[in-house]
Amino acid sequence: MAVNIKNLPDEELLYGAKTCQGCGVMLAARLALKVLGEKTCLATPACCFAATTTVYPQSSIFVNNAITAFPALASTLSGMAAAAEALGWDEDITILGIAGDGGTVDIGLQALSGAAERNENIIYICVDNEAYMNTGNQRSGVTSYKAWTTTTPTGSCSKGEKNRFKKSLFEIMAAHRVPYTATASVAYPKDLMEKVEKAKSIKGCKVIHVMTPCPTGWGYDPAYTVRVAKLAVECGLWYLAEYENNEFRFNFVPKEFKPVEEYLKLQRRFRHLDESDCREIEANRDIEWDRMRKRFA
Amino acid sequence: MNKPKWNKDYKAPSSWDEMFFGSSNGVGILPTPNSGFRTLHPEIDSKACIKCMMCWVFCPEGCIDKSGSYLEIDMDYCKGCGICAAECPKKCIIMVKDGDAE
Amino acid sequence: MSKKAFLSANEAAAYGVKLSRPHVVSAYPITPQTTLVEKIADFLANGEADFKYMMVESEHSAMASALGASMMGARTFTASSSQGLLYMCEMLSYVSGARFPIVMVDANRSIATPWNIFGDQRDAMAMRDSGWIMLYVESGQEALDTVIQAYKIAEDPEVMTPVMVNIDGFTLTHTYDMVEIPEQEEVDSFLPPYSTTNKMDMKNPKTLCMSVGPDFHTEGRFLQQKAFEAAKRKIVSVNDEYAKLTGRSYGGMIEEYRADDAEVVLVAVGSVAGTVRVVVDEMREAGKKVGLIKLRSFRPFPKEYFESARDKFKAVGVIDRSISFGFDGTVFSEVKSAMYGSSAKVANYIVGLGGRDIPKHQIETMFNKLFGIASGKNEAEVQFLGMRWE
Repeated sequence: MAVNIKNLPDEELLYGAKTCQGCGVMLAARLALKVLGEKTCLATPACCFAATTTVYPQSSIFVNNAITAFPALASTLSGMAAAAEALGWDEDITILGIAGDGGTVDIGLQALSGAAERNENIIYICVDNEAYMNTGNQRSGVTSYKAWTTTTPTGSCSKGEKNRFKKSLFEIMAAHRVPYTATASVAYPKDLMEKVEKAKSIKGCKVIHVMTPCPTGWGYDPAYTVRVAKLAVECGLWYLAEYENNEFRFNFVPKEFKPVEEYLKLQRRFRHLDESDCREIEANRDIEWDRMRKRFA
Repeated sequence: MNKPKWNKDYKAPSSWDEMFFGSSNGVGILPTPNSGFRTLHPEIDSKACIKCMMCWVFCPEGCIDKSGSYLEIDMDYCKGCGICAAECPKKCIIMVKDGDAE
Repeated sequence: MSKKAFLSANEAAAYGVKLSRPHVVSAYPITPQTTLVEKIADFLANGEADFKYMMVESEHSAMASALGASMMGARTFTASSSQGLLYMCEMLSYVSGARFPIVMVDANRSIATPWNIFGDQRDAMAMRDSGWIMLYVESGQEALDTVIQAYKIAEDPEVMTPVMVNIDGFTLTHTYDMVEIPEQEEVDSFLPPYSTTNKMDMKNPKTLCMSVGPDFHTEGRFLQQKAFEAAKRKIVSVNDEYAKLTGRSYGGMIEEYRADDAEVVLVAVGSVAGTVRVVVDEMREAGKKVGLIKLRSFRPFPKEYFESARDKFKAVGVIDRSISFGFDGTVFSEVKSAMYGSSAKVANYIVGLGGRDIPKHQIETMFNKLFGIASGKNEAEVQFLGMRWE
């Protein structure tokens, strides 16, 4: 099921959105739709994606699409999938949801848990820019340790986000025993697209958690979105893994993790970190990887 | 240019008959361009380009057109983010200030 | 040949749902709606019906799933009550603003705190601005019939507005009566399949539930209001059409009972109308000129009826099983507003909160109070009746 970049279709199913320059979310969504094609019904909750593609009279989405309430994406998708089956729609039509990290791991977690438990036939892509970006960069349950956000600002009494570890959506979905869940990154487009393609071939609830850097919120030159995403994986602060048939596997493990400074120093949200903070972040990273290696073995 | 077009002649509803129903609309309607986002725009050196397609893959806007014999950029919808230039392995894309003559 | 069965209003409503042939039903249980969704599950288990039944994990998800299904062009149903209705509150507006004709049953129940599982009308009344058509039923038979009528009203191209069928919690949902169940063919001839262009379609793709800014928002809301004007007509015409089919009529938006020559009347919403009927008959026997105005449609509100009846009666009392704290009973404030300029005396009786019974003698007291104020006696306009102490 290898994806050949040279053979991908020309047709753009997402075009002209009012996202920021260099938006990671738009890149991930565009790549997913390259694989899924026009036989897709898309739903998104209130989030950057919805607010930049679908403000009347503009529609930057070229397939059937709907906006739904912030906590309700997974349940709306469930209803869409149930109706598609009840009405006898073609089985090769994909019911796709794209939601940010806020709408997935925080306010949207209940609905996603329900949809996963019922094994609804949907593809759910969580685009993770590590904050509630649409409302102006407030922290979420997957905000990086010591990151500056507007609700975890830095100052004499604070060094940013206090939570040391990101909520592991990947493991939460694996605990629901969904048929397929994976993590991905916009810096590894072939891997991302192959995961979307694999998800399409499976019936049931498929969840893909993609890291999608945000130049506006993270504070870097928009040209570096792919570079930042790559560094995150190379220094071990993000990972590429899959869960299928009760088995975990890593898709890519760097032989040696790059020092975190290379990744952190590119972003204004980590500007306040000093040497000891970086070592601390590395120590947390090592704890996480130890835990994951034991778990995913 | 094999890309969705800017609907230059889009007109807003001007009567009840033209008003949309509920909260529903058609799909793929682009009443405004995104060219206003940018201060820089990319220029591809077609002779040095090896057609690896990395720029095409990584463009978040999808505004690089690969349907012709060389890569072209839709200037109505390029936001000038610079990802294409940053990711080109041959460094044959440069970012040029809008309005600068060749 | 339609059959009769001994059913609770919840079970009767479940039959109404089954006969309406929904494609997708989504529900989350909450007392006192539970026996309705359980009966629906029974139908599926016995092979008596064939639709997708989604047992979702919350009421918010129940309405969101119904929305998702309706987006694809499916006929959908859901049901809730009290806390659940409030939990799905944001989704109610989502559905109505997008003009999807979902039908739901609300088993009217009080809202916490204090926590109370019994019937009053506070829950749906709190949602009266959500843009849903709100119909109230007096009996199990009416519940069955109104669910079927609700789909016809909701799916009418001029209406395209979701409908909430309100059934008093416990008083109706859990009490039993003989109910006539129409034949499937009868209902099929009355209720055609759901058909709309306001849905996702591979040949004609749509954007649904989009964002609309200040530039066009008002016009859309105006159209919603216009749809309610159309609903006023359709609620009446659908009732009449259904009456021709089954012989059962509920008056449309309003039913007057012995009100033509009444001096004083009580306005009642829901099951209490049945008690008022009995008291009206008894008092009429004793020569008192009393009558009942049963309010079947609360949204759209029968403003025109109350305007026209402005000077028909000497006193109009409104029974409220809900209150808008800081102001009057909810139904009363609307009736009074519609009767602006009236020469009648008006009174509001707040009773039956948190499941408290409304016995016949309390209704009799209300009528006697109305005679009192009609003849010039001074009494507080808004009264809580039947409290344990003064």
